Amino acid sequence: MRVGLLVTCLVDLFRPSIGFSALALLERTGAEVFIPSRQTCCGQPAYNSGDRRTARELALKTLNEFEHFDYVVIPSGSCAGMVSRHYPELFNDDSDTQHRIAALGARTFELTDFLSNVLPVTIPQVGRQGRLTYHDSCAGLRELGVKQQPRSLLANANIELIEMAGAEVCCGFGGTFSVKFGDIATRMADNKCEQITATGANCVALGDLGCMLHIEGRLRRRGDITTQVLHIAEVLTGSRRASAGSDASDKTPARRYICFFAPRLAGAAQSWNLSRYTSKPGPARNCGTAACKRHYATPRDVL
Amino acid sequence: MQASLRNAQGRFIEGRAQALAGVDFENLRDAAAEIRDRVLRNLDLYLEHFERTATNAGAQVHWAETSSDVNRIVLDIARRHGVRRVIKSKSMVSEECALNDALEAAGIAVVETDLGEYILQLAHEPPSHIVAPVVHKSKDEISDLFARIHRTPRKTAIPELCREAREIMRPHFVSADMGISGANFLIAETGSTLIVTNEGNGRLTTTLPRIHVAISGIEKVVATLEDAATLVRLLPRSATGQSITNYVTINTGVRRDGELDGPEHFHIILVDAGRAKLLGSELQSMLRCIRCGACMNHCPVYQNVGGHAYGWVYPGPMGSVLTPAFVGLENAGDLPNASTFCGECAVVCPVKIPLPDLMRKLREQQVERGLRAKRERVALKMWLALAQRPRLYALTTALAARMLSRLAGKKMLLHWLPFASGWTKGRDMPAPAGRTFRELYREKTRKGVKSDVRD
Repeated sequence: MRVGLLVTCLVDLFRPSIGFSALALLERTGAEVFIPSRQTCCGQPAYNSGDRRTARELALKTLNEFEHFDYVVIPSGSCAGMVSRHYPELFNDDSDTQHRIAALGARTFELTDFLSNVLPVTIPQVGRQGRLTYHDSCAGLRELGVKQQPRSLLANANIELIEMAGAEVCCGFGGTFSVKFGDIATRMADNKCEQITATGANCVALGDLGCMLHIEGRLRRRGDITTQVLHIAEVLTGSRRASAGSDASDKTPARRYICFFAPRLAGAAQSWNLSRYTSKPGPARNCGTAACKRHYATPRDVL
Repeated sequence: MQASLRNAQGRFIEGRAQALAGVDFENLRDAAAEIRDRVLRNLDLYLEHFERTATNAGAQVHWAETSSDVNRIVLDIARRHGVRRVIKSKSMVSEECALNDALEAAGIAVVETDLGEYILQLAHEPPSHIVAPVVHKSKDEISDLFARIHRTPRKTAIPELCREAREIMRPHFVSADMGISGANFLIAETGSTLIVTNEGNGRLTTTLPRIHVAISGIEKVVATLEDAATLVRLLPRSATGQSITNYVTINTGVRRDGELDGPEHFHIILVDAGRAKLLGSELQSMLRCIRCGACMNHCPVYQNVGGHAYGWVYPGPMGSVLTPAFVGLENAGDLPNASTFCGECAVVCPVKIPLPDLMRKLREQQVERGLRAKRERVALKMWLALAQRPRLYALTTALAARMLSRLAGKKMLLHWLPFASGWTKGRDMPAPAGRTFRELYREKTRKGVKSDVRD
């Protein structure tokens, strides 16, 4: 049994430990695990930004790198959803490739789905201290039906789970959404943080690195430096990484200056830039004129 | 506003879940989607059929290509019959046309009779939700508004507020010359319009005044009464969590000899205003929409920004598709991007509209037509160039991991990032660990921890 592990670009750059945890879990299944070294990105950012051509090229690249494995496993619901649900749609005009890529999609699984339903594995009792809650990442949940899988693996490892309210509600990440509509994304993250805090858990686990960065980023900014945000693979292997933000007193002078001035400079530049567009009053709402329609169909105020 | 929204949405979401618990939702929505698709595949034939049956029943059918045509037709009818006073039941199409403004400009008094719409008319605000137009307002704001406009003592209990509105509205119902309504469905078999309401104002509006004008988008037609019944099983359940609304009103033709009520004249205005051009396009499935509002009720973005932020008549995910489709992509700001693609809207849609996919199609159109910001285009191009060159990619990410990790320090948090201030304004960015997975893995395999690597 040959399994290809698609590590994902975010894991590669931000949290290699997730990749190693996934690798360790997969090796427990007894499968031979391969990690093609030329892999980069599945193309989802391009696809969701409307850049079909780029997405297609990256889909072909992934196809060539992973086609010869029996299974492809990805420690991310959104990347797995991209490969198995969206890749075929990119090749509507090319039935040969579509056939190949649909076959790849059928053999592609999100990590917990694979460990629960394809090659079930017993998880060693890693033991952990404190309470843990789980956030259902959108793509895994709604595109792939990943809901029970991580929960049964946690139960399998004898790790107690406290469900939070609204575990299925989006955390607000949404790829470029989190930058383009930063204020809205932040508010959505706030709702999530409140639900996490309300459970009294000291750790939130999830299955997608995008949501992880988003939730952890907001927790820290809110001043919560203790709640751990871990990938489900890290929880299952008991790997611990230093909690970000846990040590507050390490700034060198240079770093302190950068941290102080950079955001302020950027803020000043931005407000100078934007003030030219925001100060213009619009026509009365719904007056029906063309100017009114243009103005109100271009929602500058919030969106 | 957020408190009001959260409260109302909580009730909508729970109500919908309970109302659907008793039905086979998946099969029902398959059937509903097919009912809508069947009509859309031959919309011209169904519309002509509807025109024939409606005319035979005594109604007069008008065709409006644009929203200003709607206003012109309504004003024509009003002028011909000497109309001075108009009452309206809820109609989102009339919001598209800004009909109230056109009527008032022509010296015709118009009163909204749906309670929510009435409140908004007093407050001079547009609706923020297609089913619960005043969902953004708290009860206190409404109490203040009524006391100020009605010049009555301030009331706080909801039944009292309702009674006050009802007392003010009754004379308008009796004295109006013309009633304007929308239509939830147009039934081709019988030439009828169907509306679902809860307050009874719709039934009064369509039967008391001597003239009834129903305004509807051309896509609202269904083949038979039975098809309409299937859709009515889904519409209130999805919208408000009711198994059926208090009133389901089917209007067919004018008052016949010997009948005690009903209008003497019945005009039906069928509105295109951007709909026909969706037929045969990749957005066609949007025309299935039955305007239940479930997508916005379940949308976490809508919940946080409210309906007005979407800038035009239709808010929420359906608005993010309809607004660009109706007013033009270039006029719709960044609506197609105002979604995290969490997918909940598509999960709850009773006619299976793949809303995130449609928004993605619009994003693709933005790219094709060069409507995306240059900075974004350049960034994407660079990303592609990198992602297709694994060696360069490995080098760049290794450098980035080191730089970001150094900048973040032991706290492992970045408070500021170049080109991503939209992120760092409200959130920190957990920093990379310093080495990429690729590097660490290669190191491990070189050391012989694992020897069976291959590409």
